[in-house]
Amino acid sequence: MTTSGLVAQGQTTSSLVRGGKQIVNDFSIQIATVNGSGSQSANSVLLRSIFRMGVPVSGKNLFPSNIAGLPTWYTIRVSKHGWVARKTDIDVLIAMNPETAQQDVLSLSAGAAVIYDESFKLNERRADVTFYPVPFDQLTASTGADAKIRKLVKNMVYVGVAAQLLSIDMEWIEKSVRKQFAKKVKAAELNLSAVRAGFEYAASSLTQQNPYLVEPMNATQGKIIIDGNAAAAMGAMFAGVTVVTWYPITPSSSVVEQLIDYMKKYRIEQDGKASFAIVQAEDELAAIGMVIGAGWAGARSMTATSGPGISLMAEFAGLAYFTEIPGVIFDVQRTGPSTGMPTRTSQGDLTFIAGLSHGDTKHVMLIPASVKECYEFGIAAFDIAEQMQTLVFVLSDLDLGMNNWMSEPFEYPEKPIQRGKVLNAKQLEELGGFARYKDVDGDAIPYRTLPGTDHPAAAYFTRGSGHNEKALYSERPDEYENNMLRLARKFETAKTLVPQPILEGDGKQKIGIIAFGTSHWAVIESRDQLERESHLETDYLRVRAYPFTQEIHDFVASHERIYVVEQNRDAQMLHLLKVDLDPAQTVKLRSVLHFNGLPIDARTLTTAIASQEGAGK
Amino acid sequence: MSTPSVSPKPVKTNRIGLQILDYRGGKTTLCAGCGHNAISERITEAFYEMGIQPERVMKMSGIGCSSKSPAYFMSRSFSFNTVHGRMPSVATGALLANKTMRSIGVSGDGDTVSIGMGQFIHLLRRNVPMIYIIEDNGVYGLTKGQFSATADIGSKLKTGVINDLPAIDTCALAIQIGATFVGRSFSGDKKQLSAMLKAAVAHQGTVMLDVISPCVTFNDHEGSTKSYKYMQEHEEAISEVGFVPHFEDIAVEYDPNTTVDVRLHDGSHLRLRKLHEGYDPTDKVQATKMLMESHAKGEVLTGVFYVDTQKPDFASLLNMVDEPLATLSQERVRPRREVLAEIMDAHS
Repeated sequence: MTTSGLVAQGQTTSSLVRGGKQIVNDFSIQIATVNGSGSQSANSVLLRSIFRMGVPVSGKNLFPSNIAGLPTWYTIRVSKHGWVARKTDIDVLIAMNPETAQQDVLSLSAGAAVIYDESFKLNERRADVTFYPVPFDQLTASTGADAKIRKLVKNMVYVGVAAQLLSIDMEWIEKSVRKQFAKKVKAAELNLSAVRAGFEYAASSLTQQNPYLVEPMNATQGKIIIDGNAAAAMGAMFAGVTVVTWYPITPSSSVVEQLIDYMKKYRIEQDGKASFAIVQAEDELAAIGMVIGAGWAGARSMTATSGPGISLMAEFAGLAYFTEIPGVIFDVQRTGPSTGMPTRTSQGDLTFIAGLSHGDTKHVMLIPASVKECYEFGIAAFDIAEQMQTLVFVLSDLDLGMNNWMSEPFEYPEKPIQRGKVLNAKQLEELGGFARYKDVDGDAIPYRTLPGTDHPAAAYFTRGSGHNEKALYSERPDEYENNMLRLARKFETAKTLVPQPILEGDGKQKIGIIAFGTSHWAVIESRDQLERESHLETDYLRVRAYPFTQEIHDFVASHERIYVVEQNRDAQMLHLLKVDLDPAQTVKLRSVLHFNGLPIDARTLTTAIASQEGAGK
Repeated sequence: MSTPSVSPKPVKTNRIGLQILDYRGGKTTLCAGCGHNAISERITEAFYEMGIQPERVMKMSGIGCSSKSPAYFMSRSFSFNTVHGRMPSVATGALLANKTMRSIGVSGDGDTVSIGMGQFIHLLRRNVPMIYIIEDNGVYGLTKGQFSATADIGSKLKTGVINDLPAIDTCALAIQIGATFVGRSFSGDKKQLSAMLKAAVAHQGTVMLDVISPCVTFNDHEGSTKSYKYMQEHEEAISEVGFVPHFEDIAVEYDPNTTVDVRLHDGSHLRLRKLHEGYDPTDKVQATKMLMESHAKGEVLTGVFYVDTQKPDFASLLNMVDEPLATLSQERVRPRREVLAEIMDAHS
C-alpha cells in the first residue's frame, strides 16, 4: 500500500491535503455502476444531500439501452455558480463497475480522486490521481444485510465514503435517506447503516487528500428537484387532461407512468370514479388515433412518445391538421434515425414534426428548456391546442425528461382553462346553424360543435378528404385552395398564442446566439466563458416555440453573426429559420452542432464559437 | 340538417316523435345496386324504429367505399371519416371523451381485415361499446378491384386473377378475440339484417356484424364468391333472427321448444328461432365449430353466432365518472392549489 496516491492510515487530513488549493463547490462526481445494480437511490441521496446543503447541483444519468448488465454512469455536477449543463471533466470517480473501471480511471484528468472497490487494484494504473480503495463487500456484510439485497445496500456504502471525503454533512444524508425511503422505515435504517459503515471506514482508514469539498451555501432554498417528465405530467394534470393514451417508449414512458400516479391520487372523485381515462394502446398509431377521436368529441387529450412513435403518427397528424382537431403530443426526443440510441438525448425531431404528414402541413411546437417550462408548456399546450383546434407538440428531450434538475417551485395556473370556439345548442339556435370551416372572426379559426350537442343543426361531417366551409365533400379547386390558405392564416394566429422567445444580453452586441431546449444551460455557461476567456460579448435569444414570432426576425436583423446552437447533425432549427427569414438575413446564420447522444456542454460551444470568431483560446 | 317540416296530414313518427326523414342522409355516390346502399337503408330504419335521437349517435368510418357510406344515412348524427384502417382507435377515443354517446362504425373488408387488422382486434378485445359493421365484398372497390383478405380462396377477379390465399373469417376471429355480439348477414336479406341491427342497438359492448355486400362493379360475376348469385345459392341461415325491443310487448310468439331468447342490456329480447338443433348463441366453441364446418361445406353461414351480455364493456372497465369527460367543469379537472403545494413539497 505504498503506491503513490494512497495514503497510509492514521495521517491527519489537514497535514496532507492542504498543500494544494481547495476546490469548494465546483466539481463533478461520476459514479460508474452496472445497469440494474440499483444505484439510483444511492445517487439520488448524494444529489439531494448536496442540494439540501444549499449548493447548486445537477444530476445526469448516462445509461445504456439495457435492463441489466451493461455499464451506466451517473454524473453529479456541484457548481457554486449554478451551472447545470453537463461538464465533461470528471473530478471524483466512484468506480463500482469492474468492466469499465480501468477505462474510467484512464479518462480522468490529473488531480482527480477515485473511490473504488479495492479488489479492482486501480491504484496501479496511474500516479497522478488520488486513490481511495474501499473493501465494499466487507463493509456491506457488516451491516447484516440479507445476501439478496447486499448488491443494493453496497451502493449506500459509497455514499458514506464520498460524504466523508467530500465533507457532505451526515445530517443531510440521513434526511435524504429517510425521505427516499419514506414509507419503508426498515429499509431506511438498513441503508443508513450502510452509509455509516462507509463513512466510518473513510474516517478511520482513509485520509482525505483531494481538494474537492462541499461547503454549505444558501443557493437552493425554496427550490425543488424534479425530472422533466414528471413536470410535464404535472402540467397535463393541472391543464385538466381527461383522456391519455400511450404506447411505452423510452424516454417518454415516465411521462404517463408519473401521470398515472398523480391522477390516481388527485383525480379520483369522492364516489371513487375517475375524471379521466388512461389507455395503453396497441401501438402509437392507435395512441394518436384515440387522442384525435377524444379531441374531436371534446376531451382534453394527450399522448407521450419519442421519435419512432412520431414517425408512426405522421398520417394521423395530417388528419388532425386538416380536420382541425385539438390534441397534445409530448415528444421526449432521443437519437435517431430508426431505433438510434434509445437512451441518448437529441434535438433531432424538429424539422420532421414541423411539417409532420404528407401534403402541406404545419404544426405548432413548444420547446421547453427547463423542468418548469415542461410544467408550464404542459398546461399551455392544451389551451393552445383547443384555441387553435390543432395538434400541439411539446418537444422535450431525454436529458430534460429523465434527469433531475433544480428549479424554482412551479406556480399554480391562474388563467382559466381555455376551451376555444365551441358552440352549444343555445348558440346554434341563435345563429340558426353554422359552417364548420368558415373564418367568422378573421383569425382563421372556425367554430366547432361537439358530438352530442342537442340541436338538429349541430352535426357536421368530419373528413380528411377535401371539404368546403360547410364540411361537405368537395374537389372544387377554389374551395380546396381557400381552405388551405385559411389554414396557413390560422398558423399565423398561433404566433399570438405561443410562448415568446427570451432575450438575454443587452441586445447591442454584434454576435448573437440562438438556441432552444436543453442547449440553454450550456449556452448560458458558454457565454460566461466567452466573455471571461475571449472577451467576446454575445446576445442570446432562446426560441421557445414554432411558428417563429417577430422577435426572432428582429434578433437576426440586428446582429452581424448568429450562431444557431442545436443538438442534431443537420442544423434543423437553422433550416426552419431559413424558410421563414428574409433571404438577405439568412447568410448571417452559422451552425454550432452537437449530436453524439450526450447532453451538450459549454466547453464544446465556447471552443466552436471562439474559433469561428478568431478568438480561439 | 333540417328540422321536420310541418305537413297537413299526420305523419308517422317513432316513439321520440321523429320521422324517418330525420334519419336520412345525403344522396349516395356509390354505384347503383351496391349492397352498401341497402345496408345504409337498414341502419336508417333500425335507428328510427328504435327511437334513437340522431344527435346522440357518432358515425365512424375509415377509408373505402364502405367508409363513405356514413354520409348517406343519419345526417343529424356526428360523423368522422378517418384514415384507412384506423377507425377503431378514433372511435375508441371519441367514446372515452363521451361515453354517453352511441357509436356505429362502418368499415369494409380491406379497411378492417387488411390494413386495419391491428386496430380491429384490439377494439374487439376491449369490448368497446359500439356497433362495428364490415360491409364485406372481398374486393377493393375504390382502387378498382383488387383482392382483400376476406376474398375466398379460388375466387376470381374480373381480370381473371385467382386468389390463392385463404379468407380470414372475421366472425370466427371476433368470437375468439372478445367481441360480445357477433353476426353475419347479407345486404340483400332485409328481414334478417334489420332484426340484427336493432338488436345491435340494444347491446352494450362491441357488436361485430359482417355483412356480405356484393360489389356490382368489380365482384359480381361468375367466379366471385361474394356475388349476389353466389350468396343466393350458398347462404344458409343458422337461425331465424327475431328482435323485440324493450318498449314492445315481449310475450308474443314465444315458443320454448324452438327458440333461444337472449335478454339484452336495455331489456330488449333477441330471439333466435333454431334452424340448427341445439344451437346456443352463448357457446363460443360451438359457434366457432359451426363456422369452420360451413367453410368446409362451401356454405356462407348467416345469423347471430355469439352473444355475451355479461362481459363489461371498455367504458365500464375504466370506471369513469357518469358525465362525459369532454365537458367536465374546470373545478373537476384542475386539482386545487393545495395539491400543487403538496407535490412541490415532495420534491423539495
